[in-house]
Amino acid sequence: MESLTLSDVEQKYYSELFLSCDVDNTKKVASNGKVLDLFRAAQLSNEVVHQITELCGATRLGHFGRSQFYIALKLIALAQSGLPLRVESLNSVRDLPLPRFVMGKNEQETRHAVMFADTENQGPYFPRPPGRVQAKKVSAHEMIQPCVSSDLLEPDTTSPVVSPHQSPPTSPHAWRKHKRQASGGNVDRQPSVPGVVWPPFREAQPGPVTGDGMWSAHSPPPVQESWVSFTDTPPSSTLPMHPPSAQVITTVRTVPSAMTTNEIQRQISGYDDPWKITDEQRQYYINQFKTIQADLTGLIPGSAAKEFFTKSKLPILELSHIWELSDFDKDGALTLDEFCAAFHLVVARKNGYDLPEKLPESLMPKLIDLDDSAVPEPATEVDFSASPVEVTPNKSPSMPSLNQNWSELNQSNEQWETFSERSSSSQTLTQFDSNIAPADPDTAIVHPVPIRMTPSKIHMQEMELKRTGSDHTHPTSPLMANPPELSDETKLAATIKFPGTTVGDGYSSSDSFTSDQEPISSAVNRQRSHSGTSPEGLKVVAPPPPPPRPHASHSRSSSLDMNRNFAAVPAGPQQPGVVAFPPAVPPRPLPTQTSVPHGHRSVEGDGLPAHTSTSPHQMPEQPNFADFSQFQAFAVDQPADDGENTSDSGQAKVSTPLAPPPKPVRRRLKSEDELRPDVEDLPQKSNVIATVLATQPSIPRSIGKDKKAIQASIRRNKETNTVLARLNNVIECDHRISLEVQLEQLRPFSHL
Amino acid sequence: MAVCIAVIAKENCPLYIRSVPTQGELKFHYTVHTSLDVVEEKISGVGKALADQRELYLGLLYPTEDYKVYGYVTNSKVKFVIVVDSSNTSLRDNEIRSMFRKLHNSFTDVMCNPFYNPGDPIQSKAFDSIVSTMMVQAC
Repeated sequence: MESLTLSDVEQKYYSELFLSCDVDNTKKVASNGKVLDLFRAAQLSNEVVHQITELCGATRLGHFGRSQFYIALKLIALAQSGLPLRVESLNSVRDLPLPRFVMGKNEQETRHAVMFADTENQGPYFPRPPGRVQAKKVSAHEMIQPCVSSDLLEPDTTSPVVSPHQSPPTSPHAWRKHKRQASGGNVDRQPSVPGVVWPPFREAQPGPVTGDGMWSAHSPPPVQESWVSFTDTPPSSTLPMHPPSAQVITTVRTVPSAMTTNEIQRQISGYDDPWKITDEQRQYYINQFKTIQADLTGLIPGSAAKEFFTKSKLPILELSHIWELSDFDKDGALTLDEFCAAFHLVVARKNGYDLPEKLPESLMPKLIDLDDSAVPEPATEVDFSASPVEVTPNKSPSMPSLNQNWSELNQSNEQWETFSERSSSSQTLTQFDSNIAPADPDTAIVHPVPIRMTPSKIHMQEMELKRTGSDHTHPTSPLMANPPELSDETKLAATIKFPGTTVGDGYSSSDSFTSDQEPISSAVNRQRSHSGTSPEGLKVVAPPPPPPRPHASHSRSSSLDMNRNFAAVPAGPQQPGVVAFPPAVPPRPLPTQTSVPHGHRSVEGDGLPAHTSTSPHQMPEQPNFADFSQFQAFAVDQPADDGENTSDSGQAKVSTPLAPPPKPVRRRLKSEDELRPDVEDLPQKSNVIATVLATQPSIPRSIGKDKKAIQASIRRNKETNTVLARLNNVIECDHRISLEVQLEQLRPFSHL
Repeated sequence: MAVCIAVIAKENCPLYIRSVPTQGELKFHYTVHTSLDVVEEKISGVGKALADQRELYLGLLYPTEDYKVYGYVTNSKVKFVIVVDSSNTSLRDNEIRSMFRKLHNSFTDVMCNPFYNPGDPIQSKAFDSIVSTMMVQAC
């Protein structure tokens, strides 16, 4: 085979043709049948065709590779131009017109010619059809007519040649439209093969299209134009309502054209969906739907649908499969969209198209708007009315994405089922969530999104629990009781509490604070209470020197009071829990101190994210807090604790503003200098906390009776909280940076 | 993972039976058939007094050396039978239940199809795919 040089136009044209022949979508081999059809459509004698095949080497190879195909096409052009078929002349002949292919039918030919003329005339009137529709149609036609006009070609580049193979049923429409599209009236335009039936239909060009529709209606080839003719009948009229049987019958005839069209469509463009329903088709389907069910938003019962589709004479098994595909919500009835999808599938099947395994996206029922038709596309079929564009005014553009999501959702049956099964495995639930997540936000579907509950909420819950539940018993218990309600954070906090460690979570701190004042029961509580008090205290006065004993002096009664207080002020603080307990007992320096930072952190309005970020910090810190001895012995001796350090440092930072100036500075330096846990920090921190606490006005036991005081203290606490939170953030950043710096410094050593 | 899954109609005629082809399918068919007796016994015994509260999931019908048979019956007396390999000890009851649930859901979908006549063998591809996911992957 000698090498073949092709001009650009030729290249394009040939590739399109090749694609159209590439039934199997192999991109390498054109099916023999198609190719031979194509060659025959070139109106060459069989002998010539045979010769060409031989020359191009297909006979040798037994199939048409791309190069063979191209060579053959070139030879066809040669033959059509009347030049002798010689391999040498392949490259030598210049300005060879592109090979032309015509449909087999004579009438089509004539129509063709007529249409050609007509379209020529109308050429200028048809500006490129807008958008996709045009693209599709054009492509279909373009294929046939390798138009040089760039404008026309552009949209078509993606679309493969409309199958010239569609020998039998070429819709005159296709031609017409094609010609029309060739608005440029290119010289190169050749009477293209009518090719695809569908694309033409799709062309929804206002006036001219209608005219075309009429035209095609005039002389519809009996067989091929099954759908076409059917739809072609007076374009002016609304879709003719043929009895389903009639339609079915006609569709059968269009099998070849439709099929090729479909194939072509498929090959045409990656995004081009052969299953898309054109406007005309959709309108037709809608009309059919009306015959069964007047209300377009209603449902067609299964039995009625069964009768309807049985008329199509498809085997029951296939109808059953179509039903399975199209009944999206599996309710035994068809909505308008489902019905259109089913009808579309029936038509496709009738035309020889194989049923897909899954419902194509374009056929997915529109979740949002039932009335929106599918995006107009030169999809496969039928040209329902002459004025397709007018028929279906709007397509919902958001559908594809929606449909996609739907398809994902729907086709992951397991997930639906697992969801419905309420499988205990969390995995399925999460799957379900993840599936729904990408869904179009417009849809009414609202999937449960785990949201972090506000600290106040959590806090409230805890308080509620505490109030109702145990008193001094484990602060964790109420939390434990509430795990499902709590957000992840809360859960985290809860779990943290379980081990009896301090609740890093400021939210819970408030609760625990109230409930559990006893040192033994919960360091957490202590912290919480402390934290609760600390803000308040901080705000009020400069922290006095921390009392030597962190031991929470407040007795149970106080905690009980606190509980009552909190209960009385359940909805008050919206801020993180810390706010809730203004009446923190002052004498609880250490735990408060430690808890303060946490509280502060949680206080932060935007602390939700911060909270989470801090919770991991808190995690390691927890054990520290849990270690009551730390607090108690804060003056005495506090066990070094790594976690404590981090938290402490954090706290130190936080308490910096609170503690007397020298202290914070000291602490900060310390933490920065030492990556190791610094026990000393503890006492300092506890000191700070103590001071903070001390600054807080002691809460009269009878606070509960004084609501105003509570509210005032709440306010104060809130303010303090916000301030502290801000400070905390700043400090954290600083601290983090400093820690990082230190890490950097240490790293070289670690490598050694 | 099941070795064999069967759907039997109310009249005790099989609507769908599929087994891992490696082992003699006839054996499974026989097993399923004999398990029907157990099913009948279970549903007849319980159904008398508390038809509503009769559990759909029947549980282990009977174990043999090689495999265990689980049963499930719907309210319309359509029975699902799952045969699992005895050596597969990891299968918990919950998993079997979920398998039955999936089967039931798929079966309902098949039933909703107006083109499906009750009593016909089930030829739905969706149903097939669901069953495939539950079958032991035959190597």
